[in-house]
Amino acid sequence: MNRIELQAIADKEIERQQELKCRVLCCASTACLSSGGQEVRKALQDELKAAGLTKDVQVVATGCKGLCSRGPVVEVTGPAQERVLYANVTAEAAQQIVRQHLVGGQPVNDYRLDADSPFFTKQVRVVLSNSGIVDPERIEDYIARQGYAALGHALREMTPEEVCLAIRRSGLRGRGGAGYATGLKWDLVRKADGRDKYVIANGDEGDPGAYMDRTLMESDPHRVLEGMALAGYAVGAEQGFLYVRGEYPLAVKRLERAIKAAERQGVLGSRIFDSNFNFRVDIRIGAGAFVCGEETALMSSIMGRRGEPRPRPPYPAQSGLWNSPTLINNVETFGNIAPIILNGPEWYAAMGTEKSKGTKIFALTGNVNNTGLIEVPMGITLREIVFEIGGGIPDGRTFKAAQTGGPSGGCIPAEYLDTPVDYESLTALGSMMGSGGLIVMDDQTSMVDVAKFYMEFCMDESCGKCVPCRVGTAQMHRLLSRLIAGEASAADLATLEELCRMVKALSLCGLGQSAPNPILSTLKYFRAEYEARLKSGAAHGAPSQEAA
Amino acid sequence: METVVTLTLNGEMVSARADQTLLDVIREQKIDLPTLCHMQGLSERGGCRLCVVEVQGAPRPMAACVTPVTEGMVVRTHTPELEHQRRLVVELLLAERNHVCAVCVVNGHCDLQWAAAKLGVASVRYEYLHPDLTMDASHARFVLDHNRCILCTRCVRVCDEVEGAHTWDIAGRGIKTRVITDLSRPWGDSPSCTSCGKCVQVCPTGALFEKGATVAEMTKERDFVGWIIRGRTKREWTW
Repeated sequence: MNRIELQAIADKEIERQQELKCRVLCCASTACLSSGGQEVRKALQDELKAAGLTKDVQVVATGCKGLCSRGPVVEVTGPAQERVLYANVTAEAAQQIVRQHLVGGQPVNDYRLDADSPFFTKQVRVVLSNSGIVDPERIEDYIARQGYAALGHALREMTPEEVCLAIRRSGLRGRGGAGYATGLKWDLVRKADGRDKYVIANGDEGDPGAYMDRTLMESDPHRVLEGMALAGYAVGAEQGFLYVRGEYPLAVKRLERAIKAAERQGVLGSRIFDSNFNFRVDIRIGAGAFVCGEETALMSSIMGRRGEPRPRPPYPAQSGLWNSPTLINNVETFGNIAPIILNGPEWYAAMGTEKSKGTKIFALTGNVNNTGLIEVPMGITLREIVFEIGGGIPDGRTFKAAQTGGPSGGCIPAEYLDTPVDYESLTALGSMMGSGGLIVMDDQTSMVDVAKFYMEFCMDESCGKCVPCRVGTAQMHRLLSRLIAGEASAADLATLEELCRMVKALSLCGLGQSAPNPILSTLKYFRAEYEARLKSGAAHGAPSQEAA
Repeated sequence: METVVTLTLNGEMVSARADQTLLDVIREQKIDLPTLCHMQGLSERGGCRLCVVEVQGAPRPMAACVTPVTEGMVVRTHTPELEHQRRLVVELLLAERNHVCAVCVVNGHCDLQWAAAKLGVASVRYEYLHPDLTMDASHARFVLDHNRCILCTRCVRVCDEVEGAHTWDIAGRGIKTRVITDLSRPWGDSPSCTSCGKCVQVCPTGALFEKGATVAEMTKERDFVGWIIRGRTKREWTW
């Protein structure tokens, strides 16, 4: 494979698509499949066959289009066609679409989705630019959309230093949650001494309600692989590991296919693009532990050991897998790499705020009209996300709080709706960017219950290595349960707060250090709800009989 | 050549070898710092969090046993805040399982008891969790009592690193974590156990003890790991 051959594949694929009258893109991501996407696709194909249109119309199983609550989503597109989106498509609706729209030329308005609604227009799709458009199981589709062009370009025209510099200048920060400067991390690994180096993509996404990484891996697996190969070239690694959680079988299947296809085409494996660069990617499947999303625990798991974090330093950049320098980034971070190399760091840095560049994917869930996956520029306000993209709160209810960052994050109340969404602003509010879960809650939600839910999650997912997290989370859960049962005194609330501070300070890894955040942030903004649950007579610091 | 670094420990300038941990230096300076999972001669775990110290510039307290010394480090070991947090950790441990000293085989010789006494833990502010745990008395000479276990994993490490048997391991996670022998079969049936008893000697509490010992009778020989390692590295033994 060289760059001319790559271009030839792209041209051939584009030509093939142009020759079709139109293409019907059916979402085949987990959410749409679970609402009957498979039957819809089959109904479309059967009906097309019956209408004798199989030569002119191609049904494509694509990745996610974002509006998961209205799935299955189907898009009709073609060279001489207006782009039409359909939602909540059933098998009967699919037949109607074929008869009325594809044969008759009249879109079916009953199922039609407004493609100009804020849900679509407010988004900026960089990482998800191929999601919902390409067939994730066909490498030609990806190549036709400039896939692997960035890798080809970097291998020929750029030195590893220049790749690192480009990433540094783009201002990209880690999308896993902590927000460490990606370029800086790459440079550290590049400069580290070591015969073997490794690249790891962290796809062990575990936050409740979050599915950004899953969707990216399912919808555009080659984008992740290309990002990893570019990272391998930049830091001097020849082996990559994709750590995918075991609950994502579809992502694993598509990634496996993608790796095989990429190796066949010579864009992964040995002598990539006829250069001296070799890069292989292997998949490692997690066994269901949330803590394995923590980088040191993840590496431990890849090496076949118990998934337990270890203290840092040494950081993975100095000593990671088998004591070799290791670059570990989130899957979404890798999804940003190819566009940065193709379009230049300046283009990327023009998006977002001063310290947080580019775009971020969020999984918008909870009490909001449009739940689904969105990609927005950094610095967008929470109000725009919830009320414009999300379409507001259902049933005429009012917005109470938004939870970001999963069990490590916190709740942001209504008075901060106009805060720009970036790493620093969210941290200042006592929450965090996290990996991208965004749960909207209406006025019926009890914040104490929310805190208890997350504490139960942390308690179940604690690995048990350090005492503050292992026992502390269990005790915090106990105290919250007593509070909810109306059995807690003001002294118990004080004990809870004291314990939160200790667990935050003394825990070994990020899971324990951030486990008290849901309690601390809800206490900060909704303290009255906690006090209202205290044993009667115990509110406002007055000690009860028992506590005295 | 060994590199020497200088650090400030509780306001005093101290020199140390660059390959030492903070805990090594603190112990050399005869500063009393409680630990439970640390044991001289075994790999460090950093799990009990009792040896946390304040390092200037670090965002949170650092566990001394796993923190390498660096030039110019400014360390404080006994601030009121640290002492308070250590007490909370010990209280969490006491509330986690069934630590009733009055009926324990190692009463008076227990590391957890000592740490609690030294830190001035007079009462426990948390609810006792009292999990329903079993004992394993299937071994001919030793007994495992999960009710006293604090999951320091000294037994796991000594069995793996010194004895080389790796009979012990951990199963489960979070509050449900347990030490197990082999693949969680009874200790007495373990084909890998050599019955050397090292795990019993390094166990900080009464979780592992010799059969037949009754209240306060079980004393443990803590120094032997150091002796074995010294003997091996200096080749002092021939047989």
